[in-house]
Amino acid sequence: MTDKPNLLGWTCPRPLQNYPTIVMGHGAGGRMMADLIEHLFAPAFDNEWLRQMGDSTALEQLMEMGQRLAFTTDSFVVSPLFFPGGNIGELAVYGTVNDLAMRGAKPLYLSAGFILEEGLPMETLGNIVTAMAAACKKAGVNIATGDTKVVQKGHGDGIYINTSGLGVIPADVDIGPANAQPGDVVLVSGTMGDHGIAVMSVREGLTFETEIKSDTAPLNGLVEAMMEAGQIHCLRDATRGGLAAVLNELAGSSRVGIEFDERKVPIRPEVNAACEMLGLDPLYIANEGKLVAILPETAAEVVLSAMRQHEYGKEAAIIGRVVAEHPGLVTAKTAIGGIRVVDVPAGELLPRIC
Amino acid sequence: MKYLDEYRDADLTRKLLADIQKTVTRRWTLMEVCGGQTHSIIRSGLDRMLPPEIELVHGPGCPVCVTPLEQVDKAIALASLPNVIFTSYGDMLRVPGSAQDLFAVKAAGGDVRVVYSPLDALKIARDNLGKTVVFFAIGFETTAPANAMAVLQAKAQGLTNFAVLVSHVTVPAAISALMDSPDVQVDGFLAAGHVCTVMGFWEYEPLVEKYKIPIVVTGFEPVDLLHGILKCVRQLEAGRHTVENAYGRSVSREGNKPAQAVIQQVFEMTDRAWRGIGVIPMSGYRLRPEFAFFDAELRFPEVQAIETKESPLCISGLVLQGRKKPSECPAFGRECTPQTPLGATMVSSEGACAAYYRYGRYSNH
Repeated sequence: MTDKPNLLGWTCPRPLQNYPTIVMGHGAGGRMMADLIEHLFAPAFDNEWLRQMGDSTALEQLMEMGQRLAFTTDSFVVSPLFFPGGNIGELAVYGTVNDLAMRGAKPLYLSAGFILEEGLPMETLGNIVTAMAAACKKAGVNIATGDTKVVQKGHGDGIYINTSGLGVIPADVDIGPANAQPGDVVLVSGTMGDHGIAVMSVREGLTFETEIKSDTAPLNGLVEAMMEAGQIHCLRDATRGGLAAVLNELAGSSRVGIEFDERKVPIRPEVNAACEMLGLDPLYIANEGKLVAILPETAAEVVLSAMRQHEYGKEAAIIGRVVAEHPGLVTAKTAIGGIRVVDVPAGELLPRIC
Repeated sequence: MKYLDEYRDADLTRKLLADIQKTVTRRWTLMEVCGGQTHSIIRSGLDRMLPPEIELVHGPGCPVCVTPLEQVDKAIALASLPNVIFTSYGDMLRVPGSAQDLFAVKAAGGDVRVVYSPLDALKIARDNLGKTVVFFAIGFETTAPANAMAVLQAKAQGLTNFAVLVSHVTVPAAISALMDSPDVQVDGFLAAGHVCTVMGFWEYEPLVEKYKIPIVVTGFEPVDLLHGILKCVRQLEAGRHTVENAYGRSVSREGNKPAQAVIQQVFEMTDRAWRGIGVIPMSGYRLRPEFAFFDAELRFPEVQAIETKESPLCISGLVLQGRKKPSECPAFGRECTPQTPLGATMVSSEGACAAYYRYGRYSNH
């Protein structure tokens, strides 16, 4: 597999380097599009399935008896495209890999659909594709099929990426949002809010003494280590809506209550400071490399220690428990020892006026 | 975080709660004036930790909640105009107007942008000289200095494409209006620490004399709030009524003089409508005549004649005066939820209805 796309080695009949940016022709299905695939996407993502170059890709037998297939899709529309700690390409790979992992599946194949805006610098696209290829390698997945469209200038935000993913769930694994039971414990894999604040700080031009980096990461390895250590009932990556949204979804799906201790939720001091300044609640801020797990109390310590030994779970913590009371509702013990209801976010996060 | 964690300390909280418990002998109703205090009380769970004798009622100090419907509708009309970039503090975007909110205007193609400071709006104006940038200048005395400063800077920089839609309100007038209303039963006030940081607290001295009620300048962290409540309860139990400062690390009697001077230079007092409450005489700021050029309502006279239509179900006015509990509203939790707000008090996390919605869901179980 070629690590870097061959941006400079393009040759006739119409060398792409003549176009420093994406033009409409790159999506027109003709020679220019073929060049883009041949010189950028194919070498970057190269694998035996992509090499088939068919309208669809034929995959060999994926599952054995008793196994189930996991299938998911996600679209990525982040602005800015590059932010401290990551970029849209990594998000597009890890986001879908993580969605598969949250069902206990081993992620295998991704599709990648690119919607490019006319005028997107070729170099930007090259950097994004390179990052995606590296992310695939890190997560151990292959892009087996893809698509490119170009929209007119002003009709997109540079680039949108959609990825779908296929993975296989081992025969004895049943991890799902409806599986939480009273008495279970709630764990998080690390600090909350890093990604959202990293993106927001670039968008709003905020600077802090220490740069806040996105936590963008593939979580399938961490999940594998957790599953080996002990039984797991629910997994969720705490993306949009943050920890608060995920806990509410799990409480709703499982018809249980969830109680956690705010002080036990790991939050970086700089993320906390940014949230105080912006009038935001870190529990509602997005993450891209953190998961929430619900599991039987008996498995808690051994799973926690397995998590802490993994590079993406070093700061894992037990934050609360599942209760039979107040089904569908999430409450938090506050720093001063009070109780508050942690509701689902209504919509877009709005900074408060004072 | 330094200067915050100390004021969210569990041990200190317990000690102050015990002191309040020891002091209180009967039922007292205290009003926390500021929406920021309401937010902090709910977020820390303080409302459920106080002795049952202390009832906290949420005051009219949520700037988003009291901005009159007419001004919200004008904002929506301005934001809908071509060649206007409408800028606002974030939480105004979801406040329902007569027919829609600013989010809907944005979705329909209006250029609506969230800013953290009016000075950011000035920058947008500098970068978009071909368009008029309107800033929604709302809030209490807290936001007034920055909003006034934006107007001063626009004038100094000759930014003729900048304008403000002013809807400023002031706290002392609201306290007077509440105390003059026969239905309002409040024994003491926790005055808003941020407002007093700007204005000082000398303005409240005539009020405690006139209405014979304690007013305690109070901060926003749980320990600050309990400190304010304790001081207020001590006065009430002793039959005293003075202005006390429980937020000394930020507030002085005279306040921030340069900030007051900026307000004075740009704004003058005016009668102002408060959403749900009605017009309170001399309760707000408007631009002085010499800054009329920056008045968005004068620059775009087409937004003047706007017919407003408040939801017939919403009782947010009574809620803002502490006369009704949100749960006494027939629409509460049915037609009106944080996702489908009929009134502004259900929108902001500082709004009493939104706060009750969360609390109520918990206590129903």
